[in-house]
Amino acid sequence: MADLTEYSLREAIEGLENKAFSSKELTESHLDAMAKAGALNAYITEMPEQALAEADASDARRAAGNAGPMDGLPIAIKDLFCTKGVLATAASHILDGFHPPYESTVTGNLRRDGAVFLGKTNLDEFAMGSSNETSFYGPVVNPWRRDGDVTPLVPGGSSGGSAAAVAAHLALAATGTDTGGSIRQPAAFSGIVGLKPTYGRCSRWGIIAFASSLDQAGPMTRTVEDAALMLGSMSGHDPKDSTSADMPVPDFAAAVDQGVKGLKIGIPKEYRIDGMPEEVEKLWQKGIQWLKDAGAEIIDVSLPQTKYALPTYYIVAPAEASSNLARYDGVRYGLREEGESLIDMYEQTRSAGFGTEVRRRILIGTYVLSAGYYDAYYLKAQKVRTLIAQDFTACFGQVDAILTPTAPFPAFGQGEKSNDPIAMYLNDVFTVPASLAGLPGISVPAGLSSDGLPLGLQVLGKPFDEETVIRTGRALELAADFSARPDKWWRE
Amino acid sequence: MSVDKATVAKIAHLARIAVPEDQLEPLAAELNNILDWVEQLGEVDTEGVAPMTSVADMTLPLRKDAVTDGDRRDDVLANPPEQEMGFYVVPKVIE
Repeated sequence: MADLTEYSLREAIEGLENKAFSSKELTESHLDAMAKAGALNAYITEMPEQALAEADASDARRAAGNAGPMDGLPIAIKDLFCTKGVLATAASHILDGFHPPYESTVTGNLRRDGAVFLGKTNLDEFAMGSSNETSFYGPVVNPWRRDGDVTPLVPGGSSGGSAAAVAAHLALAATGTDTGGSIRQPAAFSGIVGLKPTYGRCSRWGIIAFASSLDQAGPMTRTVEDAALMLGSMSGHDPKDSTSADMPVPDFAAAVDQGVKGLKIGIPKEYRIDGMPEEVEKLWQKGIQWLKDAGAEIIDVSLPQTKYALPTYYIVAPAEASSNLARYDGVRYGLREEGESLIDMYEQTRSAGFGTEVRRRILIGTYVLSAGYYDAYYLKAQKVRTLIAQDFTACFGQVDAILTPTAPFPAFGQGEKSNDPIAMYLNDVFTVPASLAGLPGISVPAGLSSDGLPLGLQVLGKPFDEETVIRTGRALELAADFSARPDKWWRE
Repeated sequence: MSVDKATVAKIAHLARIAVPEDQLEPLAAELNNILDWVEQLGEVDTEGVAPMTSVADMTLPLRKDAVTDGDRRDDVLANPPEQEMGFYVVPKVIE
């Protein structure tokens, strides 16, 4: 059988329309690639039988002339989205055996448009991490390796399984979620496109909650056009999520090729950190030149509170997490450890069920919300968060979009940062500020590091202006012409 | 501000996470490391700044206070570790 895993979503739609192949063949190709890629550990649950049945149903719909916008396209779902009747883990021991009797709104929207689900991808436990090393189901391995070096590298996180699956062609595309950079940073580490829409664009209903004021779903794809296409399916108002935006979904795909001529692009001087490799700075300068060459006007801007974004995030996100994760009590679903009393049962269950990083964040969150410390930590952080958002508002008075590197360094080796939480948190230094302000952002693969690893550039936009983010991302994609691919060393 | 062993034990109990005695000290060191780092927010002048309550510029929607879902006992009881006669089962709470 021909290898049908090479296509973009757009190309696959054309192939299905032209009857060059069926959804069943397309799906089989991907299931076959997945079966040979166990070494990457990208999936927690593979769903071959269900996927093939969905593909058959899709082929029947297309034959009858009823194909939807995503019909027959095999994609992967981050295992933070609940899909009806399929094990949902959030990569945590505490959700052992949990089969949700409902479907998340975003996956429901993708199903409505005909998408085929290949499986549920690995992630950092409860999406808390930047390397996919905190998963109860083991780390995901980045398909990319340094030149001439077999050291296993991390794919970034928390949507590391989705990033690896898309980069290794184990799915045409995947869903991710981004709380502080969990779509954009793994996209950069894995050489793919990751789009985090504006907070409120995609419904959070049925997505296992981490930090509710930050969590947002988005597409992870191999092209900017695919990201636009898939975001269109995922988005939309949902009465079941009170923070879901009640506004029409634009035709994102129509924005893709509008170009950047006449757009004003801001370059924030604060997006540099100590020890950031020269090559990241150089790539950023290249990106600036590309956009200038494409007709954009480049404007130096300042986001003065940038350095306070990470510490703010590491108060706000754990605080919300400590509250959201209170529901895991060993009573209604998942793991239960026996205890001498009800309280002891709770404590034993949560001690056995949560991993080190999750436990650390729950404790920090509980502390900053506890009586006597609330004002000093939580309230203070929420005030700084206001200032960070005001920085962006002021900046968007001058410019249409902002260009930055996605992450301060390329993918690193497994275990290199796991003993130093703060070094790990620094991964998200360039993605967290926009998360705190609820803004849309995209990471586009733009070049390789000196040792052959992908590097990404990030475009940030105004609230609900994903279109400008998409067209600017597309301009970068065109200029960068990123065609490097990892060797398929993982093939069994 | 820094946390000691007793504070960690107290927080852990509030969070309903059992922490063995020998892990309290190392955990206090870990948490202090993070708390020391976030303390840099003290440098920021937030006098008169309102704390953020909603990241999106929207007002929360209202709906009629009416039943929109229900009669799903079997769904609700699809996943508990222990159940009996349509109820969740927990360790005895009344002597």
